[in-house]
Amino acid sequence: MRALVYHGKHDIRCDNVPDPTLEHPRDAIIRVTSTCICGSDLHLFDGFMMGMKDGDIVGHEPMGEVIEVGSEVRNLKVGDRVVVPFTIQCGECDQCKVGNFSVCERTNRNAGMAAKMFGHATAGLFGYSHLTGGYAGGQAEYLRVPYADVGPVKIPEGLSDEQVVFLSDILPTGWQAAVQADIQPTDTVAIWGAGPVGQFAVRSAILLGARQVICIDREPERLSMAAAGGATTINFEQESVIDRLNELTGNKGPEKCIDCVGLEAHVGMKHPDSIVDRAKQAIMAETDRPHVLREMIYVCRPGGVLSIPGVYGGLVDKIPFGALMNKGLTVRTGQTHVPRWTADLLRRIQQGQIDPTFVITHTVGLEQGPEMYKVFRDKQDGCVKVVLKPGMH
Amino acid sequence: MDHQKRNNLENGARRRAMQLGWFSVALGVTELLFARRLARWMGMRGQAGLLRFYGVREIATGIGIFATQDNPSAFMWGRVGGDMIDIATLAANVSGNPRKAAIALALANVGGVTAMDVMTARQLSLVKELAAPPVRDYSDRVGLGGTPDSMRGAARSDFQQPRDMQTPPGMRPTMH
Repeated sequence: MRALVYHGKHDIRCDNVPDPTLEHPRDAIIRVTSTCICGSDLHLFDGFMMGMKDGDIVGHEPMGEVIEVGSEVRNLKVGDRVVVPFTIQCGECDQCKVGNFSVCERTNRNAGMAAKMFGHATAGLFGYSHLTGGYAGGQAEYLRVPYADVGPVKIPEGLSDEQVVFLSDILPTGWQAAVQADIQPTDTVAIWGAGPVGQFAVRSAILLGARQVICIDREPERLSMAAAGGATTINFEQESVIDRLNELTGNKGPEKCIDCVGLEAHVGMKHPDSIVDRAKQAIMAETDRPHVLREMIYVCRPGGVLSIPGVYGGLVDKIPFGALMNKGLTVRTGQTHVPRWTADLLRRIQQGQIDPTFVITHTVGLEQGPEMYKVFRDKQDGCVKVVLKPGMH
Repeated sequence: MDHQKRNNLENGARRRAMQLGWFSVALGVTELLFARRLARWMGMRGQAGLLRFYGVREIATGIGIFATQDNPSAFMWGRVGGDMIDIATLAANVSGNPRKAAIALALANVGGVTAMDVMTARQLSLVKELAAPPVRDYSDRVGLGGTPDSMRGAARSDFQQPRDMQTPPGMRPTMH
Protein backbone atom coordinates (compact mmCIF):
# COMPACT_ATOMS: atom_id res chain seq x y z
CA MET A 1 0.00 0.00 0.00
CA ARG A 2 0.96 3.67 -0.21
CA ALA A 3 1.66 5.51 3.02
CA LEU A 4 3.36 8.66 4.29
CA VAL A 5 6.57 7.55 5.92
CA TYR A 6 8.94 9.42 8.24
CA HIS A 7 12.57 9.35 7.12
CA GLY A 8 13.98 12.07 9.37
CA LYS A 9 13.59 15.77 10.07
CA HIS A 10 11.74 17.51 7.21
CA ASP A 11 11.71 14.24 5.26
CA ILE A 12 8.32 12.58 4.89
CA ARG A 13 7.75 10.58 1.72
CA CYS A 14 4.92 8.69 0.09
CA ASP A 15 6.30 5.14 -0.03
CA ASN A 16 5.18 1.62 -0.86
CA VAL A 17 4.98 -0.38 2.37
CA PRO A 18 3.50 -3.78 3.29
CA ASP A 19 -0.26 -3.91 3.91
CA PRO A 20 -1.25 -4.27 7.56
CA THR A 21 -2.63 -7.57 8.81
CA LEU A 22 -4.64 -8.66 11.84
CA GLU A 23 -2.23 -9.32 14.70
CA HIS A 24 -4.72 -9.86 17.52
CA PRO A 25 -8.35 -10.99 17.80
CA ARG A 26 -9.33 -7.45 18.92
CA ASP A 27 -7.85 -5.85 15.76
CA ALA A 28 -9.64 -4.53 12.71
CA ILE A 29 -8.29 -3.35 9.37
CA ILE A 30 -9.79 -0.32 7.70
CA ARG A 31 -9.44 1.05 4.20
CA VAL A 32 -8.73 4.71 4.84
CA THR A 33 -11.04 7.05 2.93
CA SER A 34 -10.00 10.33 4.58
CA THR A 35 -7.13 11.24 6.85
CA CYS A 36 -5.67 14.57 7.90
CA ILE A 37 -2.43 16.31 8.72
CA CYS A 38 -2.51 17.53 12.31
CA GLY A 39 -0.58 20.46 13.77
CA SER A 40 1.09 17.98 16.10
CA ASP A 41 2.36 16.04 13.06
CA LEU A 42 4.44 19.14 12.38
CA HIS A 43 6.32 18.56 15.64
CA LEU A 44 7.42 15.21 14.18
CA PHE A 45 8.18 16.79 10.81
CA ASP A 46 10.28 19.52 12.45
CA GLY A 47 12.20 17.00 14.55
CA PHE A 48 11.00 18.16 17.95
CA MET A 49 9.45 14.88 19.14
CA MET A 50 11.68 12.12 20.42
CA GLY A 51 11.22 8.46 19.62
CA MET A 52 10.66 8.57 15.86
CA LYS A 53 12.43 6.05 13.64
CA ASP A 54 13.20 5.96 9.95
CA GLY A 55 10.35 4.07 8.27
CA ASP A 56 7.55 4.97 10.72
CA ILE A 57 4.14 5.56 9.10
CA VAL A 58 2.72 8.85 10.36
CA GLY A 59 -0.78 10.22 10.83
CA HIS A 60 -3.42 9.94 13.52
CA GLU A 61 -6.65 11.43 12.15
CA PRO A 62 -8.08 8.67 9.94
CA MET A 63 -11.47 7.33 9.01
CA GLY A 64 -12.52 4.68 6.57
CA GLU A 65 -14.34 1.46 5.85
CA VAL A 66 -13.86 -1.73 7.85
CA ILE A 67 -12.53 -4.48 5.59
CA GLU A 68 -11.52 -7.12 8.15
CA VAL A 69 -12.24 -7.75 11.83
CA GLY A 70 -10.65 -9.99 14.44
CA SER A 71 -12.65 -12.75 16.12
CA GLU A 72 -13.20 -10.73 19.33
CA VAL A 73 -14.50 -7.59 17.61
CA ARG A 74 -18.27 -7.92 17.78
CA ASN A 75 -19.37 -4.31 17.49
CA LEU A 76 -18.00 -3.80 13.96
CA LYS A 77 -18.58 -5.63 10.72
CA VAL A 78 -17.04 -5.45 7.28
CA GLY A 79 -18.42 -2.45 5.40
CA ASP A 80 -18.98 -0.23 8.46
CA ARG A 81 -17.77 3.35 8.13
CA VAL A 82 -15.74 4.35 11.17
CA VAL A 83 -13.73 7.26 12.52
CA VAL A 84 -10.68 6.12 14.46
CA PRO A 85 -9.67 8.15 17.55
CA PHE A 86 -5.98 9.01 17.67
CA THR A 87 -5.71 7.52 21.15
CA ILE A 88 -5.71 3.74 21.51
CA GLN A 89 -7.61 2.52 24.55
CA CYS A 90 -8.33 -0.88 26.05
CA GLY A 91 -11.59 0.14 27.75
CA GLU A 92 -10.82 -2.11 30.72
CA CYS A 93 -8.01 -0.59 32.79
CA ASP A 94 -8.60 1.69 35.78
CA GLN A 95 -7.96 4.84 33.71
CA CYS A 96 -10.25 3.80 30.84
CA LYS A 97 -13.01 2.93 33.30
CA VAL A 98 -13.11 6.52 34.55
CA GLY A 99 -12.84 8.02 31.05
CA ASN A 100 -9.15 8.91 31.10
CA PHE A 101 -8.59 7.18 27.78
CA SER A 102 -5.46 9.09 26.77
CA VAL A 103 -3.63 7.63 29.75
CA CYS A 104 -4.81 4.07 29.20
CA GLU A 105 -2.53 1.76 31.16
CA ARG A 106 -2.37 -1.08 28.65
CA THR A 107 -2.12 0.10 25.06
CA ASN A 108 1.37 1.60 25.00
CA ARG A 109 3.58 -1.22 23.70
CA ASN A 110 6.68 0.68 24.77
CA ALA A 111 5.50 1.46 28.27
CA GLY A 112 9.00 1.03 29.70
CA MET A 113 10.46 3.65 27.38
CA ALA A 114 7.57 6.04 28.07
CA ALA A 115 7.85 5.51 31.83
CA LYS A 116 11.53 6.44 31.72
CA MET A 117 10.61 9.67 29.97
CA PHE A 118 7.42 10.64 31.81
CA GLY A 119 7.54 8.66 35.06
CA HIS A 120 4.60 6.51 33.99
CA ALA A 121 3.46 5.44 30.55
CA THR A 122 0.55 7.06 28.71
CA ALA A 123 -1.72 5.48 26.10
CA GLY A 124 -0.65 4.22 22.73
CA LEU A 125 -1.24 6.68 19.89
CA PHE A 126 -1.35 6.11 16.14
CA GLY A 127 1.69 7.29 14.19
CA TYR A 128 3.20 9.35 16.98
CA SER A 129 6.61 7.94 17.86
CA HIS A 130 7.77 4.86 19.71
CA LEU A 131 7.24 6.65 23.02
CA THR A 132 3.52 6.17 22.39
CA GLY A 133 3.73 2.57 21.30
CA GLY A 134 5.23 2.77 17.84
CA TYR A 135 1.91 2.06 16.12
CA ALA A 136 1.70 2.58 12.36
CA GLY A 137 -0.17 5.78 11.53
CA GLY A 138 -3.24 6.54 9.48
CA GLN A 139 -1.82 8.57 6.58
CA ALA A 140 -1.98 5.43 4.52
CA GLU A 141 -4.31 3.41 2.34
CA TYR A 142 -4.96 0.87 5.09
CA LEU A 143 -4.68 0.91 8.87
CA ARG A 144 -4.60 -1.75 11.54
CA VAL A 145 -6.75 -0.64 14.46
CA PRO A 146 -5.84 -2.36 17.74
CA TYR A 147 -8.58 -2.66 20.40
CA ALA A 148 -11.06 -2.02 17.60
CA ASP A 149 -13.91 -3.10 19.88
CA VAL A 150 -13.37 0.06 21.96
CA GLY A 151 -12.28 3.14 20.01
CA PRO A 152 -13.75 3.39 16.50
CA VAL A 153 -16.90 5.47 16.09
CA LYS A 154 -19.49 4.02 13.72
CA ILE A 155 -20.80 6.68 11.36
CA PRO A 156 -24.46 6.66 10.45
CA GLU A 157 -25.62 7.09 6.86
CA GLY A 158 -25.99 10.57 5.47
CA LEU A 159 -22.87 12.15 6.91
CA SER A 160 -19.90 12.92 4.67
CA ASP A 161 -16.30 12.13 5.59
CA GLU A 162 -15.63 15.85 5.86
CA GLN A 163 -18.36 16.28 8.48
CA VAL A 164 -17.06 13.56 10.78
CA VAL A 165 -13.35 12.90 10.16
CA PHE A 166 -12.31 15.49 12.75
CA LEU A 167 -13.97 13.38 15.47
CA SER A 168 -10.65 11.50 15.33
CA ASP A 169 -8.80 14.34 17.05
CA ILE A 170 -9.16 18.07 16.54
CA LEU A 171 -12.89 18.46 17.23
CA PRO A 172 -12.80 16.55 20.54
CA THR A 173 -9.49 18.23 21.34
CA GLY A 174 -10.94 21.72 20.88
CA TRP A 175 -14.05 20.62 22.80
CA GLN A 176 -12.09 19.14 25.72
CA ALA A 177 -9.95 22.27 25.80
CA ALA A 178 -13.09 24.32 26.40
CA VAL A 179 -14.76 21.78 28.71
CA GLN A 180 -11.75 21.46 31.00
CA ALA A 181 -11.65 25.27 31.25
CA ASP A 182 -14.99 24.88 33.07
CA ILE A 183 -16.56 27.81 31.20
CA GLN A 184 -19.15 29.89 33.03
CA PRO A 185 -21.58 32.29 31.31
CA THR A 186 -19.73 35.34 32.65
CA ASP A 187 -16.31 34.17 31.49
CA THR A 188 -13.88 35.68 29.05
CA VAL A 189 -11.98 32.84 27.39
CA ALA A 190 -8.66 33.70 25.72
CA ILE A 191 -7.41 31.18 23.16
CA TRP A 192 -3.84 31.27 21.89
CA GLY A 193 -3.46 29.87 18.37
CA ALA A 194 -6.04 30.04 15.57
CA GLY A 195 -4.99 26.77 13.96
CA PRO A 196 -7.49 23.93 13.58
CA VAL A 197 -7.67 23.08 17.31
CA GLY A 198 -7.92 26.76 18.20
CA GLN A 199 -10.79 27.15 15.72
CA PHE A 200 -12.71 24.31 17.34
CA ALA A 201 -11.90 25.66 20.80
CA VAL A 202 -13.42 29.03 19.76
CA ARG A 203 -16.66 27.37 18.61
CA SER A 204 -16.76 25.06 21.64
CA ALA A 205 -16.34 28.02 24.00
CA ILE A 206 -19.23 29.79 22.25
CA LEU A 207 -21.46 26.68 22.47
CA LEU A 208 -20.57 26.33 26.14
CA GLY A 209 -21.72 29.88 26.71
CA ALA A 210 -18.62 32.04 27.22
CA ARG A 211 -19.57 35.71 27.38
CA GLN A 212 -16.48 36.74 25.42
CA VAL A 213 -14.04 34.63 23.39
CA ILE A 214 -10.72 36.11 22.30
CA CYS A 215 -8.37 34.44 19.84
CA ILE A 216 -4.68 35.31 19.44
CA ASP A 217 -2.62 34.62 16.32
CA ARG A 218 -0.79 36.52 13.60
CA GLU A 219 -2.17 34.97 10.41
CA PRO A 220 -4.93 37.16 8.92
CA GLU A 221 -6.76 34.21 7.33
CA ARG A 222 -6.87 32.27 10.56
CA LEU A 223 -7.92 35.31 12.54
CA SER A 224 -10.74 35.97 10.06
CA MET A 225 -11.90 32.36 10.51
CA ALA A 226 -11.80 32.72 14.31
CA ALA A 227 -13.78 35.97 14.07
CA ALA A 228 -16.38 34.20 11.91
CA GLY A 229 -16.83 31.72 14.76
CA GLY A 230 -17.49 34.48 17.25
CA ALA A 231 -14.06 35.48 18.56
CA THR A 232 -12.61 38.92 19.12
CA THR A 233 -9.16 38.69 17.60
CA ILE A 234 -5.71 39.90 18.59
CA ASN A 235 -2.87 39.95 16.07
CA PHE A 236 0.17 39.59 18.31
CA GLU A 237 2.42 41.17 15.71
CA GLN A 238 0.37 44.35 15.70
CA GLU A 239 -0.56 44.82 19.34
CA SER A 240 0.46 43.77 22.84
CA VAL A 241 -1.41 40.63 23.86
CA ILE A 242 -1.19 41.45 27.57
CA ASP A 243 -2.37 45.06 27.16
CA ARG A 244 -5.22 44.12 24.85
CA LEU A 245 -6.44 41.24 27.02
CA ASN A 246 -6.42 43.49 30.07
CA GLU A 247 -8.24 46.18 28.13
CA LEU A 248 -10.93 43.69 27.03
CA THR A 249 -11.46 42.44 30.59
CA GLY A 250 -11.62 45.66 32.59
CA ASN A 251 -7.95 45.22 33.51
CA LYS A 252 -8.70 41.95 35.34
CA GLY A 253 -7.48 39.42 32.79
CA PRO A 254 -9.40 36.53 31.23
CA GLU A 255 -10.83 33.94 33.63
CA LYS A 256 -9.95 31.10 31.29
CA CYS A 257 -6.88 30.73 29.06
CA ILE A 258 -6.41 27.99 26.46
CA ASP A 259 -3.06 27.15 24.85
CA CYS A 260 -3.66 25.74 21.35
CA VAL A 261 -0.06 26.42 20.28
CA GLY A 262 2.22 24.06 22.18
CA LEU A 263 5.92 23.59 21.88
CA GLU A 264 6.64 25.50 18.66
CA ALA A 265 5.55 29.01 19.64
CA HIS A 266 6.42 31.68 17.07
CA VAL A 267 9.89 33.17 17.39
CA GLY A 268 9.95 36.93 16.95
CA MET A 269 11.49 40.22 18.01
CA LYS A 270 8.37 41.20 19.97
CA HIS A 271 8.87 38.20 22.24
CA PRO A 272 12.56 38.10 23.25
CA ASP A 273 11.96 35.03 25.41
CA SER A 274 11.05 33.09 22.26
CA ILE A 275 14.43 33.95 20.74
CA VAL A 276 16.21 32.64 23.83
CA ASP A 277 14.05 29.49 23.72
CA ARG A 278 14.92 28.94 20.05
CA ALA A 279 18.63 29.29 20.78
CA LYS A 280 18.33 26.86 23.70
CA GLN A 281 16.46 24.38 21.51
CA ALA A 282 19.28 24.52 18.99
CA ILE A 283 21.88 23.60 21.61
CA MET A 284 19.54 21.07 23.25
CA ALA A 285 19.32 23.04 26.48
CA GLU A 286 15.51 23.07 26.22
CA THR A 287 13.16 20.97 24.10
CA ASP A 288 10.06 23.20 23.88
CA ARG A 289 9.30 26.91 23.40
CA PRO A 290 6.79 27.79 26.14
CA HIS A 291 6.13 31.47 25.34
CA VAL A 292 2.35 30.94 25.40
CA LEU A 293 2.49 29.25 28.81
CA ARG A 294 4.39 32.22 30.25
CA GLU A 295 1.96 34.71 28.74
CA MET A 296 -1.11 32.77 29.96
CA ILE A 297 0.18 32.48 33.51
CA TYR A 298 1.00 36.19 33.55
CA VAL A 299 -2.28 37.50 32.15
CA CYS A 300 -4.81 35.03 33.59
CA ARG A 301 -7.13 36.36 36.28
CA PRO A 302 -6.28 35.06 39.79
CA GLY A 303 -8.31 31.95 40.50
CA GLY A 304 -8.60 31.25 36.78
CA VAL A 305 -8.02 28.11 34.76
CA LEU A 306 -5.31 27.30 32.22
CA SER A 307 -6.33 24.63 29.73
CA ILE A 308 -3.47 23.21 27.69
CA PRO A 309 -4.32 20.99 24.72
CA GLY A 310 -1.19 22.23 22.90
CA VAL A 311 1.43 19.49 22.71
CA TYR A 312 4.61 19.71 24.78
CA GLY A 313 7.26 17.04 24.55
CA GLY A 314 9.90 17.52 27.20
CA LEU A 315 11.54 20.32 29.14
CA VAL A 316 10.66 24.00 29.37
CA ASP A 317 12.54 26.82 31.08
CA LYS A 318 11.64 30.02 32.93
CA ILE A 319 8.05 29.19 33.75
CA PRO A 320 6.74 31.85 36.17
CA PHE A 321 5.64 29.32 38.73
CA GLY A 322 5.52 31.97 41.43
CA ALA A 323 2.75 33.74 39.54
CA LEU A 324 0.97 30.45 38.91
CA MET A 325 1.07 29.52 42.60
CA ASN A 326 0.30 32.91 44.10
CA LYS A 327 -2.61 33.55 41.72
CA GLY A 328 -4.08 30.15 42.56
CA LEU A 329 -4.42 29.10 38.94
CA THR A 330 -5.74 25.67 38.02
CA VAL A 331 -3.96 23.82 35.20
CA ARG A 332 -5.77 21.16 33.20
CA THR A 333 -3.96 19.48 30.35
CA GLY A 334 -3.34 16.17 28.61
CA GLN A 335 -3.91 14.39 25.36
CA THR A 336 -7.59 14.21 24.55
CA HIS A 337 -9.78 11.46 25.99
CA VAL A 338 -11.36 11.15 22.56
CA PRO A 339 -14.00 8.43 23.16
CA ARG A 340 -15.32 10.42 26.12
CA TRP A 341 -16.69 13.05 23.74
CA THR A 342 -17.32 11.41 20.37
CA ALA A 343 -20.93 10.27 20.84
CA ASP A 344 -21.99 13.70 22.13
CA LEU A 345 -20.13 15.55 19.37
CA LEU A 346 -21.48 13.23 16.65
CA ARG A 347 -24.97 14.07 17.89
CA ARG A 348 -24.20 17.79 17.76
CA ILE A 349 -22.95 17.39 14.16
CA GLN A 350 -26.13 15.52 13.22
CA GLN A 351 -28.25 18.23 14.86
CA GLY A 352 -26.39 20.91 12.92
CA GLN A 353 -25.12 22.60 16.06
CA ILE A 354 -21.58 22.45 14.71
CA ASP A 355 -20.39 21.97 11.13
CA PRO A 356 -16.71 20.93 11.21
CA THR A 357 -16.23 21.28 7.45
CA PHE A 358 -15.58 25.00 7.84
CA VAL A 359 -11.95 24.37 8.78
CA ILE A 360 -10.96 22.46 5.60
CA THR A 361 -8.88 24.55 3.21
CA HIS A 362 -7.04 21.87 1.21
CA THR A 363 -8.10 18.40 0.00
CA VAL A 364 -5.47 16.39 -1.89
CA GLY A 365 -4.38 12.84 -2.65
CA LEU A 366 -1.94 10.94 -0.45
CA GLU A 367 0.86 11.42 -2.98
CA GLN A 368 0.74 15.18 -2.39
CA GLY A 369 1.03 14.68 1.37
CA PRO A 370 4.76 15.39 1.69
CA GLU A 371 4.38 18.72 -0.12
CA MET A 372 1.32 19.60 1.99
CA TYR A 373 3.35 19.16 5.17
CA LYS A 374 5.47 22.12 4.01
CA VAL A 375 2.48 24.16 2.87
CA PHE A 376 0.73 23.59 6.21
CA ARG A 377 3.83 24.27 8.31
CA ASP A 378 4.61 27.49 6.45
CA LYS A 379 0.93 28.50 6.41
CA GLN A 380 1.16 29.05 2.67
CA ASP A 381 -1.85 29.45 0.43
CA GLY A 382 -4.11 30.22 3.38
CA CYS A 383 -3.68 26.68 4.64
CA VAL A 384 -5.54 25.86 7.86
CA LYS A 385 -6.46 22.18 7.50
CA VAL A 386 -5.39 19.52 5.02
CA VAL A 387 -7.52 16.45 4.30
CA LEU A 388 -5.75 13.63 2.47
CA LYS A 389 -7.76 11.25 0.30
CA PRO A 390 -5.87 8.00 -0.35
CA GLY A 391 -8.30 7.19 -3.14
CA MET A 392 -7.74 10.49 -4.96
CA HIS A 393 -5.17 10.41 -7.75
CA MET B 1 6.49 35.26 -10.73
CA ASP B 2 3.67 33.07 -9.43
CA HIS B 3 3.01 32.57 -5.76
CA GLN B 4 4.46 29.08 -5.65
CA LYS B 5 7.78 30.27 -7.05
CA ARG B 6 7.77 33.23 -4.70
CA ASN B 7 7.11 30.91 -1.75
CA ASN B 8 9.89 28.55 -2.80
CA LEU B 9 12.31 31.45 -3.19
CA GLU B 10 11.29 32.86 0.18
CA ASN B 11 11.54 29.55 1.99
CA GLY B 12 14.96 28.77 0.55
CA ALA B 13 16.31 32.22 1.38
CA ARG B 14 14.87 32.16 4.90
CA ARG B 15 16.34 28.74 5.58
CA ARG B 16 19.76 29.87 4.36
CA ALA B 17 19.49 33.06 6.41
CA MET B 18 18.86 30.99 9.54
CA GLN B 19 21.93 28.88 8.78
CA LEU B 20 24.00 32.01 8.28
CA GLY B 21 22.56 33.38 11.53
CA TRP B 22 23.86 30.35 13.41
CA PHE B 23 27.20 30.72 11.60
CA SER B 24 27.28 34.36 12.71
CA VAL B 25 26.70 33.46 16.35
CA ALA B 26 29.26 30.64 16.26
CA LEU B 27 31.90 32.85 14.63
CA GLY B 28 31.14 35.65 17.07
CA VAL B 29 31.53 33.41 20.09
CA THR B 30 34.80 32.06 18.68
CA GLU B 31 36.13 35.60 18.11
CA LEU B 32 35.12 36.61 21.63
CA LEU B 33 36.62 33.60 23.38
CA PHE B 34 39.74 33.05 21.27
CA ALA B 35 40.53 36.58 20.07
CA ARG B 36 44.15 36.54 21.21
CA ARG B 37 44.86 33.13 19.65
CA LEU B 38 43.15 34.10 16.37
CA ALA B 39 45.07 37.39 16.19
CA ARG B 40 48.34 35.55 16.73
CA TRP B 41 47.47 32.91 14.09
CA MET B 42 46.77 35.60 11.48
CA GLY B 43 49.80 37.68 12.43
CA MET B 44 47.60 40.47 13.75
CA ARG B 45 49.26 40.90 17.12
CA GLY B 46 47.80 43.67 19.24
CA GLN B 47 44.45 43.51 17.47
CA ALA B 48 42.67 41.03 19.75
CA GLY B 49 40.40 43.82 21.03
CA LEU B 50 39.29 44.57 17.47
CA LEU B 51 38.48 40.89 16.90
CA ARG B 52 36.42 40.82 20.11
CA PHE B 53 34.48 43.85 18.87
CA TYR B 54 33.86 42.04 15.58
CA GLY B 55 32.71 39.03 17.60
CA VAL B 56 30.07 41.13 19.37
CA ARG B 57 28.97 42.46 15.98
CA GLU B 58 28.60 38.91 14.60
CA ILE B 59 26.53 37.74 17.59
CA ALA B 60 24.27 40.81 17.39
CA THR B 61 23.73 40.22 13.68
CA GLY B 62 22.94 36.55 14.26
CA ILE B 63 20.39 37.39 16.94
CA GLY B 64 18.91 40.02 14.63
CA ILE B 65 18.45 37.39 11.93
CA PHE B 66 16.68 35.04 14.35
CA ALA B 67 14.50 37.82 15.66
CA THR B 68 13.35 38.90 12.19
CA GLN B 69 13.14 35.44 10.71
CA ASP B 70 10.03 36.23 8.64
CA ASN B 71 12.23 38.37 6.44
CA PRO B 72 15.68 39.14 7.87
CA SER B 73 16.85 41.05 4.79
CA ALA B 74 18.02 44.08 6.84
CA PHE B 75 20.25 41.96 9.05
CA MET B 76 21.47 39.97 6.03
CA TRP B 77 22.60 43.22 4.40
CA GLY B 78 24.14 44.00 7.79
CA ARG B 79 26.13 40.80 7.43
CA VAL B 80 27.27 41.88 3.97
CA GLY B 81 28.45 45.20 5.47
CA GLY B 82 30.30 43.27 8.16
CA ASP B 83 31.92 41.09 5.50
CA MET B 84 33.25 44.23 3.78
CA ILE B 85 34.75 45.44 7.05
CA ASP B 86 36.33 42.00 7.62
CA ILE B 87 37.82 41.99 4.10
CA ALA B 88 39.17 45.53 4.54
CA THR B 89 40.69 44.62 7.91
CA LEU B 90 42.35 41.48 6.55
CA ALA B 91 43.59 43.27 3.41
CA ALA B 92 45.13 46.00 5.53
CA ASN B 93 47.12 43.34 7.36
CA VAL B 94 48.59 41.60 4.31
CA SER B 95 51.71 43.68 3.72
CA GLY B 96 54.60 42.89 5.99
CA ASN B 97 52.65 40.06 7.64
CA PRO B 98 54.76 36.94 8.34
CA ARG B 99 51.52 34.86 8.37
CA LYS B 100 50.44 35.67 4.80
CA ALA B 101 49.09 32.14 4.20
CA ALA B 102 46.76 32.40 7.20
CA ILE B 103 45.52 35.81 6.06
CA ALA B 104 44.93 34.44 2.54
CA LEU B 105 42.96 31.50 3.96
CA ALA B 106 40.87 33.85 6.10
CA LEU B 107 40.23 36.10 3.07
CA ALA B 108 39.15 33.14 0.97
CA ASN B 109 36.72 32.03 3.69
CA VAL B 110 35.27 35.50 4.11
CA GLY B 111 34.94 35.77 0.32
CA GLY B 112 32.94 32.53 0.15
CA VAL B 113 30.66 33.54 3.00
CA THR B 114 30.21 37.00 1.46
CA ALA B 115 28.93 35.42 -1.75
CA MET B 116 26.37 33.43 0.25
CA ASP B 117 25.40 36.53 2.23
CA VAL B 118 24.91 38.68 -0.88
CA MET B 119 22.84 36.02 -2.64
CA THR B 120 20.61 35.48 0.40
CA ALA B 121 20.19 39.21 1.11
CA ARG B 122 19.28 39.88 -2.54
CA GLN B 123 16.72 37.09 -2.61
CA LEU B 124 15.13 38.28 0.64
CA SER B 125 14.96 41.85 -0.71
CA LEU B 126 13.39 40.55 -3.93
CA VAL B 127 10.77 38.63 -1.96
CA LYS B 128 9.94 41.82 -0.05
CA GLU B 129 9.40 43.70 -3.29
CA LEU B 130 7.18 41.03 -4.82
CA ALA B 131 3.54 41.20 -3.95
CA ALA B 132 2.59 38.92 -1.10
CA PRO B 133 -0.03 36.30 -1.97
CA PRO B 134 -3.58 37.56 -1.50
CA VAL B 135 -5.00 36.91 1.94
CA ARG B 136 -7.80 34.33 1.79
CA ASP B 137 -11.09 35.50 3.18
CA TYR B 138 -12.53 33.02 5.65
CA SER B 139 -14.91 35.46 7.26
CA ASP B 140 -17.95 33.42 6.13
CA ARG B 141 -16.74 30.17 7.74
CA VAL B 142 -18.89 30.24 10.85
CA GLY B 143 -18.92 26.49 11.50
CA LEU B 144 -21.95 26.72 13.78
CA GLY B 145 -25.64 26.13 13.23
CA GLY B 146 -26.35 29.86 13.29
CA THR B 147 -24.64 33.13 14.07
CA PRO B 148 -22.22 32.93 17.01
CA ASP B 149 -24.53 35.09 19.10
CA SER B 150 -27.51 32.88 18.39
CA MET B 151 -25.47 29.74 19.23
CA ARG B 152 -23.87 31.11 22.40
CA GLY B 153 -24.59 28.67 25.20
CA ALA B 154 -26.48 26.25 22.92
CA ALA B 155 -24.69 23.28 24.45
CA ARG B 156 -25.32 24.25 28.08
CA SER B 157 -28.84 22.87 28.13
CA ASP B 158 -27.81 19.30 27.35
CA PHE B 159 -24.20 19.05 28.43
CA GLN B 160 -23.22 17.81 31.86
CA GLN B 161 -19.89 19.32 32.92
CA PRO B 162 -17.73 16.37 34.05
CA ARG B 163 -17.03 16.44 37.78
CA ASP B 164 -13.28 16.01 37.27
CA MET B 165 -13.20 19.15 35.13
CA GLN B 166 -15.10 21.45 37.48
CA THR B 167 -13.58 24.16 39.61
CA PRO B 168 -15.26 24.22 43.03
CA PRO B 169 -17.51 27.31 43.17
CA GLY B 170 -15.57 28.80 46.10
CA MET B 171 -12.36 28.79 44.08
CA ARG B 172 -13.78 30.49 40.96
CA PRO B 173 -12.59 34.00 40.11
CA THR B 174 -16.12 35.38 39.69
CA MET B 175 -19.49 34.76 41.35
CA HIS B 176 -22.23 32.97 39.41
